[in-house]
Amino acid sequence: MKDDVILRTITKFMLPFIQIFAFYTLAHGEISPGGGFQAGVIFGASFILIALVFGKKEARSKMPRGVNDILLSTGDLIYAFTGLSCIFAGGHFLEYGELPFHSAKEGNHIGMIIIELGVAITVAAVMMTIFFDIAGKDDD
Amino acid sequence: MIAVDFLLLLFLVIIAVAAISAKDVLSSIMLLGSYSLVIAMEWVLLNAVDVAFTEAAVGAGISTILMIAALTRLPRFEKEMTEQKHFFGFCNRLELIALGTVIVTGALLISGTWDMPAFGDPNSPANSYLSPEYVARSYPETGSHNIVTAILASYRGYDTLGETTVVFTAAICLILLIRSYRNNER
Amino acid sequence: MIEFIADKYNFWIAIVLMMIGFYAIIAKHNLVKKVIGLNIFQTSVFLFYISISKVDGGTAPIIWHPEGHAKVVYDNPLPHVLILTAIVVSVSVTAVALGIIVKLYQNYGSIEDDEIKTIELNEPELDSK
Repeated sequence: MKDDVILRTITKFMLPFIQIFAFYTLAHGEISPGGGFQAGVIFGASFILIALVFGKKEARSKMPRGVNDILLSTGDLIYAFTGLSCIFAGGHFLEYGELPFHSAKEGNHIGMIIIELGVAITVAAVMMTIFFDIAGKDDD
Repeated sequence: MIAVDFLLLLFLVIIAVAAISAKDVLSSIMLLGSYSLVIAMEWVLLNAVDVAFTEAAVGAGISTILMIAALTRLPRFEKEMTEQKHFFGFCNRLELIALGTVIVTGALLISGTWDMPAFGDPNSPANSYLSPEYVARSYPETGSHNIVTAILASYRGYDTLGETTVVFTAAICLILLIRSYRNNER
Repeated sequence: MIEFIADKYNFWIAIVLMMIGFYAIIAKHNLVKKVIGLNIFQTSVFLFYISISKVDGGTAPIIWHPEGHAKVVYDNPLPHVLILTAIVVSVSVTAVALGIIVKLYQNYGSIEDDEIKTIELNEPELDSK
């Protein structure tokens, strides 16, 4: 598919919108449908689109394998450390209300946003890893 | 409303049968993608908007692409069954056993639905025990307009942590299974 | 009679989809077809859960007007949460299954389970690649 001019132009045009939509989904997970999982899947899908249209090498130059592997565990660690910091703040594991903010409601709100970010990072990295490792040939 | 619901579900069954019976695995995968899209519509009808969003992104998008990507390494066509067909040339022994098992299981489950609460019953045990608490308390306690996100991230935080770990483990499994460092490309 | 069918048909169709997926898992020899059957099976369970969560006259569980939201009827949000996580787990299951199938094809040269069985019976000490 590397020679198709229309496909390449449309992909270049659409990619920023797809990625911004992923961040919109993440940020609006509290007030509309959406959240960490969907944002991660959409963000990972944008890199899969690069791999499908421009080839795997191009996508790997945008998202190197080492960075991908680090992101894979970063999201899960963000989640777990948020839970642990709740213990250090005096509550139970993942009890965001105890986090040092003005009120329990605000602590809950901010804790939820942080762990949604962790979930989104892990899911995006996992989707990219799965695709790049299963797709065998360099271009399909 | 109920007619649309019923037609979508009927369409779902037809697509599922077609996906199972196609000889070409690629067309079977494409039918599975359209199946996911139709079931996402069904979930919008049943007011599960978050689930519909996830299904449209994961089931119709990523899952289909993954299967096609795996198919680039696998043979595309299913082999014809060589086993001889008994029973008026209709099905062979394995298919008959499968059909029997499936029909017995399905009949038992369908007879179980006689005692189920009706579709949309507000007083059924599932809808009256725990959920009203979540609906009433999630906004004052967490400040999240979306009740599903509030439960997912706050009340059932352990659940989501374990689930994220499951996804992470799947990626680790795949890395161990099929990643090769042959060309020293790292 | 019509009322009884209208009350139950969502569950029945979920069970029919489960039967289709289960049949594919048992009867198909192609491993990718088995994975497709597994996907249909999983989706039928999701459909069952979401059907349970519907409440008559309910709306989607998103609060638009926080002042008067006690008067509004919402659908049951708890099954939605369970299924949301289950969908993401199902794609992980699919991915690991496909990875194992790719590896099997590299080692045996076939993805039909009866052929793999024949190869395995004929060469008991098949060394791993």
